[in-house]
Amino acid sequence: MTLATATERSGREEPRGRRPGRDQRAGRDGAAWFLVLPALIPILILSVGPLLYGIALAFTDAQSGRTRSTQWIGTLNFQDLVHDTLFWDSFRIGLLWAVGVTVPQFVLALGLALLLNENLRMRWLARALAIIPWAMPEVVVGIMWRLVYSPDAGILNETLRDLGLGDGRDWLTGLATALPAVIVVGVWAGMPQTTVALLAGLQNTPQELHEAAALDGAGAWRRFRTVTWPALRPVALSITALNFIWNFNSFALVYVLTSGGPGGRTRLPMLFAYEEAFRYGQFGYAAAMGCVMVAVVSVILACYLVGRLRGGEDT
Amino acid sequence: MSLRTGRPARAGQYAALLCYLVFLAFPFLWLVSTAFKPARELGSLHPTWIPERPTLDNFRQAFDEQPLLQAAGNSLVAASAAALIAVLVATPLAYATARHRGRLASAATGWVVVSQAFPFVLVIIPLFLILKNLHLINSLWGLILVYVVWSLPFALWMLAGYVRAVPPELEEAAAVDGAGKLRTLVSVTAPLLAPGIVATALFAFITAWNEFFFALVLLKTPEKQTLPVVLTHFLGAEGVADLGPLAAAAFLATLPSLVLFAVIQRRITGGMTAGAVKS
Repeated sequence: MTLATATERSGREEPRGRRPGRDQRAGRDGAAWFLVLPALIPILILSVGPLLYGIALAFTDAQSGRTRSTQWIGTLNFQDLVHDTLFWDSFRIGLLWAVGVTVPQFVLALGLALLLNENLRMRWLARALAIIPWAMPEVVVGIMWRLVYSPDAGILNETLRDLGLGDGRDWLTGLATALPAVIVVGVWAGMPQTTVALLAGLQNTPQELHEAAALDGAGAWRRFRTVTWPALRPVALSITALNFIWNFNSFALVYVLTSGGPGGRTRLPMLFAYEEAFRYGQFGYAAAMGCVMVAVVSVILACYLVGRLRGGEDT
Repeated sequence: MSLRTGRPARAGQYAALLCYLVFLAFPFLWLVSTAFKPARELGSLHPTWIPERPTLDNFRQAFDEQPLLQAAGNSLVAASAAALIAVLVATPLAYATARHRGRLASAATGWVVVSQAFPFVLVIIPLFLILKNLHLINSLWGLILVYVVWSLPFALWMLAGYVRAVPPELEEAAAVDGAGKLRTLVSVTAPLLAPGIVATALFAFITAWNEFFFALVLLKTPEKQTLPVVLTHFLGAEGVADLGPLAAAAFLATLPSLVLFAVIQRRITGGMTAGAVKS
């Protein structure tokens, strides 16, 4: 999942790579296609195909278990969606969740990455522990945190009682606490990947510059601003963008923690669309929701990336 | 590495690191603690970190309540088959994209990035309909197909990195010595690539073993379902029913992923970032 770093770096190293001559490449491309085919066919059938099929479905009245044939209904699904306040509530929660998870995830991961980049003694332990959230099935992460949040037998309330901070509460079913409680779990689960990506970026920053800046008397913060951050920036940009998408599309965690409750306070758009499609059988309508989700997220991301890239040119 | 870090700053760093360690570790420790607690302690109003009378009852009860063994078997079949097929399919493609830069390579990279942003909602309904037409709903084979495609981008990306780490000069030297293309691939490239292929397969295995959403949608009957889906049955309709068995089952389900991940961690965190892009 540290994809961001590698694309970043491989892009940078491209010019130095070996480039075979033009005619030679044409001949090799023929052989290359032969190597590509076994992967290409399943990809086309099971990922590109369904994507296009899904977009098409959004313009139909497809339902599950119906005998009447599916019909094209134009943009009717989308017109319905515009007036579907439940969906927009869910969408708002989805954005809150995605931002609420992505931002702390990045800040905490950056802190941890900076620490791990130092010569500290318990580094190995942190690295070992970071495996846990990363390797765990999302369902188990959800179950585990339910145990932590559990009102009577949970460790959170017990700790609060011990510290004299009140009697604690039922975190996951409280209207006000459910979403923040779920967001904490999201941050916990996604931190290791982000940390590893950032750490790789850090180890890529020029050490000589660091030393030179230190000799010139630059403090830690100054060195971070002028040396570390410019080098880290592309990695930070890609990993936050990816995290945002992953978080917006996340499903299993919240499904296990709250199933969207209480009163829809944590019903992420993915959960909403899942219920619409597989509980109520409204395939066409759910596909339209998917299209809207993709469109809005793409626009947000495009704005974020363009804004950030511009900002980079200014400074 | 660090330059002239003062003593107070060091202390601050250790304090911060300690906070991270606690934050990362405590939920898991609590899961383990709960898994080994007898029912009486679980019902107590003042739960303790260390069970006073550790017991294996929860594990026994977990196996009685849900078909865990069968589910683990299903998960094992689905994850192994998916990992194996994904690696078989992805290795040639990775080789092609790594060795022949050009349109093909950039198209592959582009697809890897786009696929990371893949909207599951939009894909799952068509996949469901397609697999239904093929009579592959509620079948492990349908799920395996989906997992293969789903893990391909990442497998491709990891493998391409490992291929790039094999110096082309070695292959050229073999060619100069008169080895044919196939001979070079089999006796020079493949052995050097083997550890990378194993790491990729294990990673694909873990991903599939952990996967929940597709399994939830595509598998209907309990005897076909994979471990993560069966785990959610412990939750029941009314929220948490039985904490002990739930914790025990969750703990067991995590062990394979944790062990395998620990095995390949160095490759994942190191290889994916450093070795993966050496050209």
